Amino acid sequence: MRLRLVPQETSFDFFKRWKLWLGLSALLMVVGFASFMVQGLNYGIDFRGGTTIRTQSAEMVDVGVYRDAIAPLELGDITITEVFDPTFAEDENVAMIRIQAQEGDEAVTSEMTLAVEQALQGAVPDIEFVSVESVGPKVSGELIQTAVIAVALAIGAVLIYIWLRFEWQFALAAVVALVHDVILTIGIFSELQIKFDLAIIAALLTIVGYSLNDTVVVFDRVRENLRKYKKRPLIEVMNLSINETLSRTVMTSVTTLLALISLFVLGGDVIRGFVFAMIWGVIVGTYSSVFVASSILLYLGVTRDWTKPDKTAGNQFANVDA
Amino acid sequence: MLQIDSWKRVLIWLVCVAGLILALPNAFYTRVEQSNDAIAAIEIGADTPENQALAAQWPSWMPSSLVNLGLDLRGGAHLLAEVQVEDVYANRMEAMWPEIRDTLRPERATIGTIRLQPSEPDEIRVRISQPEGMARALEVVRGLARPVTSLTAAGQNDIIVAADGSDIVVTLSEAEKLASDERTVRQSLEIVRRRIDEVGTREPTIQKQGIDRILIQVPGIGSAAELKSIIGTTAQLTFNPVVNRTSDQNASAGIGNKLVPSIDEPGQYYIIEAAPVVTGEELVDAQPAFDQNGRPAVNFRFNTSGARKFGDYTRDNVGSPFAIVLDDEVISAPVIQSHIPGGSGIITGRFSVEESTQLAVLLRAGALPAGLTFLEERTIGPELGQDSIDAGKVATMVAFAAVLVFMALSYGLFGIFANIALILNVALIFGLLSMIGGTLTLPGIAGIVLTVGMAVDANVLVFERIREELKTARGPSRAIELGYEKALSAILDANITTFITAVILFAMGSGPVRGFAITLGLGIMTSVFTAIFVTRLMIVMWFERRRPKTIEV
Repeated sequence: MRLRLVPQETSFDFFKRWKLWLGLSALLMVVGFASFMVQGLNYGIDFRGGTTIRTQSAEMVDVGVYRDAIAPLELGDITITEVFDPTFAEDENVAMIRIQAQEGDEAVTSEMTLAVEQALQGAVPDIEFVSVESVGPKVSGELIQTAVIAVALAIGAVLIYIWLRFEWQFALAAVVALVHDVILTIGIFSELQIKFDLAIIAALLTIVGYSLNDTVVVFDRVRENLRKYKKRPLIEVMNLSINETLSRTVMTSVTTLLALISLFVLGGDVIRGFVFAMIWGVIVGTYSSVFVASSILLYLGVTRDWTKPDKTAGNQFANVDA
Repeated sequence: MLQIDSWKRVLIWLVCVAGLILALPNAFYTRVEQSNDAIAAIEIGADTPENQALAAQWPSWMPSSLVNLGLDLRGGAHLLAEVQVEDVYANRMEAMWPEIRDTLRPERATIGTIRLQPSEPDEIRVRISQPEGMARALEVVRGLARPVTSLTAAGQNDIIVAADGSDIVVTLSEAEKLASDERTVRQSLEIVRRRIDEVGTREPTIQKQGIDRILIQVPGIGSAAELKSIIGTTAQLTFNPVVNRTSDQNASAGIGNKLVPSIDEPGQYYIIEAAPVVTGEELVDAQPAFDQNGRPAVNFRFNTSGARKFGDYTRDNVGSPFAIVLDDEVISAPVIQSHIPGGSGIITGRFSVEESTQLAVLLRAGALPAGLTFLEERTIGPELGQDSIDAGKVATMVAFAAVLVFMALSYGLFGIFANIALILNVALIFGLLSMIGGTLTLPGIAGIVLTVGMAVDANVLVFERIREELKTARGPSRAIELGYEKALSAILDANITTFITAVILFAMGSGPVRGFAITLGLGIMTSVFTAIFVTRLMIVMWFERRRPKTIEV
């Protein structure tokens, strides 16, 4: 007996409430964006400069003691958080200390870090500094810029690729879905105030790749079925295509999520934010390829005449079948 | 019908075997690493039985390249330094003064007296008392211009000479500034490398980044502060009078002298006066060149004070040798041919072109040509790296097991084929990573885990398609063939788009993010390969043997 997550034949009507789904997505995007505008992201030092120190001690972490030890140095905004993780040993008490970039310093100063380390050592004798990272404001500014360019480039490149391989309606629908995924991911990072650093940008781009992967598979089937059933209305063809690929969509999402969840639970706290972004992205990406990309494609409509090249939409590559 | 040419079959299996063999050393990481280190140690002369034993831990006929572990996994220090390239302009301008003065002196009848004026650091201002002679003065000073030594700016001069009232203003041309920046960064890079190599840590990464930045990553070092202190120590370059040459390393040097070895003539020693005539801090430039007989030589130039000291010394010591000493080793000990005024000179010797280039680099590499500011510094403790490796290993194993079980449950025999392909897939990723000397980072492990999840996608696409084709029933072999055929366009489109994002990540990212892009990109390539060649071959081979009437996917 085979394990089947999706019955062999399905005929769900994915577009019965397509306006509702699009509305819901739009609402979530607005909420996510508003949260980003109002609350902002909890940027890591990669993006706003400063220093993070990861400490470890056998003694329990007492944030107050740490704060009192550093306070006399007058370093401005300091965040101290204790880190918990199931992978830690009994005597592994970990804290993260974040110190803002010091005014007037373009570069990073070891003296400051050294002073903080000494102050902490005075308060907690057995403390160890397992990692110390400093990023100067000059670099962090550039890193934001590079990150934004990277995401924009990725989306742009994808737009062009799908346009060449399919038609402009497909490309536009796919890109709207991608923007949807990116905004929702940034939104949840802002809402939950999870640390947003360079690795999250990598995760964002992977989400872009994954969501696209899903969308392309659905679109590929839509294209094939449009050729096969020349007379059936678009909405039926699309419903059929999504139903036909549903089993695959679910299988792939489940295997990817299985892998990611084990990394989330067992991979340690250093990478957890990164993996969280990817898990979220896989869920949102799968949802968006069915409910956002396809709904928009339905809304935009498709040029059905596949026999002669259409001068206004797509070009000679639009009909290439690999 | 289902057919794959025999040569293709052989090729596919060969690729898989090659991947497995290349990946194999990583399974014995510590052992292979020790063996590699021992072999390297033997090569540089530490041929001890202990090293021999360590080297023999891994057979020499096996590939021994390993995946490099990134700093976040191994622990170590990371620095991003910016070279203050403008520092050099001021030195250059300062050093031009004696040259300009000496050139203008014979023209005093037309231009009157000449006086150095205070100015911005990147220019030099010389006032002449008879502004009518300006045209002549400019002409003479322009005669000092030299063509810029770079490929892109061929034909342009290094200095711009202009008149400002009764002042002659000399500045570096844009082309020369660019060339100078490039030289400065290259020199700094060379010095940093020499400094770090001297400490002898394992495989440091020292690369130029952008226009004026240097990225330094040293695994296994205690802290970024420690690394900075190593880089901060400038090389001591000195010019000392030579008292004697000897091959006796115990020769008594005498009071005020010291015995130093020669850098490129083993067993040769020089007795030199301990007090240097000039030090490397006063050298502004050294370039490979040719002497009047067309033999390779090195041109060098001192700043004002260095030029005076050097000029005086050479005037008084024509015919005697002087030593160019770097960190207590003699790089060369030429004989002074004539009085060298003006602060520039030429070192001739039995050089090949490479040697003269090398010497110029060494001379310039003596001291950091410009200051370094550190924009980014990271220290990752080795324990944290080890914790991450351990956690990553466990997570990957569990992820792997979960996906294998899930696939086998969902697709039965075909799922097992896909699982074999998946294992091959991960082996191929490691094999490729080792081959290209790629670096595995923590996000890179995540990339592999993600690939494990996504690699089955191509197989899932095919299997689902075969299921569909089986419904229209034209026999299992036709269904398999059509399944592969029709799924291909979806597989390619889906993977090419993901690959595009991996390429962008690689191009834009740095450090750990780049590590992630590499594993993701390699993972896409290997997963497409395993899905459309390896599983297909397995299915075809199984089908040929069994000839089943019906198949269940």
